[in-house]
Amino acid sequence: MSLAAPAVKPGMSRDDLMMRGGVVLLAGVLLVMLGLPLWSLLAKGFEDRDGKFIGLANYVSYFSTPALFQSALNSLQVASITTVIVVPLAFLYAYALTRTVLPMRWLFQGISLIPIFAPSLLPGLALIYLFGTQGFFKALLGSGSIYGIDGIVIAQVFYCFPHATLILTTALATSDARLYEAADVLGASKRRVFFTVTLPGAKYGLISAALVVFTLVMTDFGIAKVIGGNFNVLATDVYKKVIGQQDFSMGAVVGMVLLAPAALAFLVDRLVQRKQVALLTARAVPLVPRPKLGRDLFFTLFCAAVSAAILTILGMAIWGSLIKYWPYNLSLTLDNYDFARFDANGWESYWNSVRMALGAAVFGTVLMFTGAWLNEKTRGFGAMRGVVQFLAFLPMAVPGLVLGLGYIFFFNAPNNPLNFLYATMGILVLNTVAHFYTVGHLTATTALKQIDPEFEAVSASLKVPIWKTFVRVTAPICLPAILDIAIYLFVNAMTTVSSVIFLYAPDTKLASVAAVNIEEAGTTAAAAALCVVIVLTSAAVKAAHLVADRFLFARLQVWRRR
Amino acid sequence: MANYLEVRSLSKQFGTFTALGDVSLDVIEGEFVCFLGPSGCGKTTLLRAIAGLDPQTSGTIRQKGRDVSALPPAQRDFGIVFQSYALFPNLSVADNVGYGLVNRRQNKGAIARRVAELLVLVGLPDAGPKYPAQLSGGQQQRVALARALATSPGLLLLDEPLSALDARVRLRLRHEIKALQRTLGVTTIMVTHDQEEALTMADRIVVMNHGAIEQVGTPQEIYRRPATAFVADFVGSMNFLAGTLMAPDRVRVAGVDFACPVQDGLAPGQKVSLCIRPEDVRVRDLPADIANRVPVEVAELDFVGAFCRATLKARATSDVSVTADFSSNLIRDLGVDIGTKLDIALPPDRVRIFA
Ligand SMILES: Nc1ncnc2c1ncn2[C@@H]1O[C@H](COP(=O)(O)OP(=O)(O)OP(=O)(O)O)[C@@H](O)[C@H]1O
Ligand SMILES: [Mg+2]
Repeated sequence: MSLAAPAVKPGMSRDDLMMRGGVVLLAGVLLVMLGLPLWSLLAKGFEDRDGKFIGLANYVSYFSTPALFQSALNSLQVASITTVIVVPLAFLYAYALTRTVLPMRWLFQGISLIPIFAPSLLPGLALIYLFGTQGFFKALLGSGSIYGIDGIVIAQVFYCFPHATLILTTALATSDARLYEAADVLGASKRRVFFTVTLPGAKYGLISAALVVFTLVMTDFGIAKVIGGNFNVLATDVYKKVIGQQDFSMGAVVGMVLLAPAALAFLVDRLVQRKQVALLTARAVPLVPRPKLGRDLFFTLFCAAVSAAILTILGMAIWGSLIKYWPYNLSLTLDNYDFARFDANGWESYWNSVRMALGAAVFGTVLMFTGAWLNEKTRGFGAMRGVVQFLAFLPMAVPGLVLGLGYIFFFNAPNNPLNFLYATMGILVLNTVAHFYTVGHLTATTALKQIDPEFEAVSASLKVPIWKTFVRVTAPICLPAILDIAIYLFVNAMTTVSSVIFLYAPDTKLASVAAVNIEEAGTTAAAAALCVVIVLTSAAVKAAHLVADRFLFARLQVWRRR
Repeated sequence: MANYLEVRSLSKQFGTFTALGDVSLDVIEGEFVCFLGPSGCGKTTLLRAIAGLDPQTSGTIRQKGRDVSALPPAQRDFGIVFQSYALFPNLSVADNVGYGLVNRRQNKGAIARRVAELLVLVGLPDAGPKYPAQLSGGQQQRVALARALATSPGLLLLDEPLSALDARVRLRLRHEIKALQRTLGVTTIMVTHDQEEALTMADRIVVMNHGAIEQVGTPQEIYRRPATAFVADFVGSMNFLAGTLMAPDRVRVAGVDFACPVQDGLAPGQKVSLCIRPEDVRVRDLPADIANRVPVEVAELDFVGAFCRATLKARATSDVSVTADFSSNLIRDLGVDIGTKLDIALPPDRVRIFA
């Protein structure tokens, strides 16, 4: 080997400079949206009410206040019980969807997704109608009460079910048919096949589903707020500290305590998923289930029962919203939809939600897709891209309530030049996009990884600037993924409560927040009505997406046809 | 003729792994060069370094006298066709071919004319309005070629352009690409691991192994006078007989001495391989005094179409066996069958010796 050969420092083209500039800009935006607010929150926990640094005093006081510490235990308890109930239910449901011959499979799949389109408040309200002090089936509970841990768990099961089912459906759908054929040929019993092939194959999905459900319950605020009664959990504590007592430092401490399990669950999930990649190298052959009467009948009945439960809860909320005066006057009315009677903002909060959701969908999709593209296609610059990747994954580990709190501390600081955003629609959009950043970023990254990695090389050789190829080729090809991201953002922006509850101003109040306020004021029917409007809106948008996907884009994308 | 491309002491590290170690190479203007070698030997790495897509760790590249070593791809002059073709699926064939032209602020009419001309050149005059997905693999390949040639680059780079096609199409495209290259006179580098492709298409072949160049030469040179045992083994079929060098022009194999071309670089007493290609083994009309005569018996006879490949065992010692290609005529004329005893000769001028 010749010693003379000097190391080459590759020069940078205009594309390289532009891409790197973009990555730096993106890192800056993510830092403002995520990093700095969280940092402010962390710092706040070490200050007293007047902003003086007091070290760990807040934490000491937190852990020595039995009532507060009890909330942490309560949260853990609810999260554990819900996980233990939801994961097996969702597993059976996903198994039915992927491994059995189900009549009207699409319908069962659709019904299982309904809870995603509702604010978490909704199951709580429905339970109040069903089992509340004046509930339909109150008698069934005997001397028990739905307010408290029982109510929270039931509502959480409803709320978390679709998330677990989605993960497990994917996990079961990607299993390899050849393994089953091999087991069949070897004459393994059904039970043995289940325990040696099916379960291990879905292992990572099960772990992931369990962690997601656990985190969702730990960090959800709406359900505990509505139906928790005197049963305090971490999320309601943060709310009470901040809104009720204006004790921001203590709120920050509870927020940090809330952050810990979510971050831990996230880390475990990352570690587990990393292992999975190594396992799934072989090209799998998809499994097509064959009819089997007994099994199919059992699972059809099971799915019907679960679907009935979901529809009952949704139906109860809808019915309740249409009733004049529960439970004395059951005649139907639309009065509860005249929101001006219950909340100063009236329908305006609904339109605020729509505006906010549209803003988040547009701004978020552009940011997430362009950002993922910058991070994927920039040559070199590993360290900075690593920073972006880290920031993009951060929201997954951060509960909305915690992020919202961080936003107060960061954007409300008088010396922050971005202070003007405080109490505007802008901050709600920013917060929502930040809160849901990870999934959009991942969707975009996955789509980008699936297209030919040489497009950029080809355009460089043809002297076409990389951004032109982004506009003319990359983005059009990824249109389905881009729409997925936009719809995901819209739906979540419509339903989210926890991340925006600290951030609205009187004139930017959102529908989900208004529902919390109205419910707080004691008008269950109007709160239910608002939730129903939200469900209808997000479900309609999703349905429009499906229809458009089927008919409109088929025409726009003739080039996909052979 | 002038060197169009000069590669000097090029090295490429991936972490601690050396994908290219100190590679130097000259390519003459207008020449068709093939990089040939087994999978993972660094062909693509070298090609991508030349394009600037994955810059080398050290070493220099000069293109037309200009040092391009540190330049990004956009500032170098080349067109490239990838194994995947990387056609833009959402653009029509015409838009794909015109992709690099649109950027040059030419007017629409000029672009359309140039696109039509290129499509005629690659034999797809009517494909313009179609989308890539509606074309066969071979047609997509030609579109990719037309797109790479559209801006009239000085250097055309092809990374296994034919490997995704079925055998028949591949054969036809070999000739078409070669003919096109000759017409345009564009300096071309093609990566392949298919020796037949390299032998039929290249003006010169660069045989690579383990990140280093084993030999550079015309197809005839590579085939007739392989520089190393690796080249001899990799290109075409070759008999390897283990022996010892007795004198500069004599090798002893299994106790029998064979004449060979004079070996300067090797010392007598050294272990060597005596090599000969199956088609160079002589059987017919052997003169009585012919050198390197070996009495053999036919052990196996494999029908390969135009000829038969025979495995011949030396009658004196069963350790030595040689494969030879027998034409159908020869088999009929001499009545060759398994068990047939005959004499063969290994012509000294066809014998190669490797340490
Ligand atoms: N990005 C990379 N990181 C690490 N190692 C790499 C990378 N790219 C290539 N290599 C290694 O460098 C070696 C040469 O790779 P290269 O792609 O040049 O092989 P090739 O000769 O083109 O082979 P093939 O015929 O399979 O395409 C291989 O061993 C490969 O594993
Ligand atoms: Mg290669």
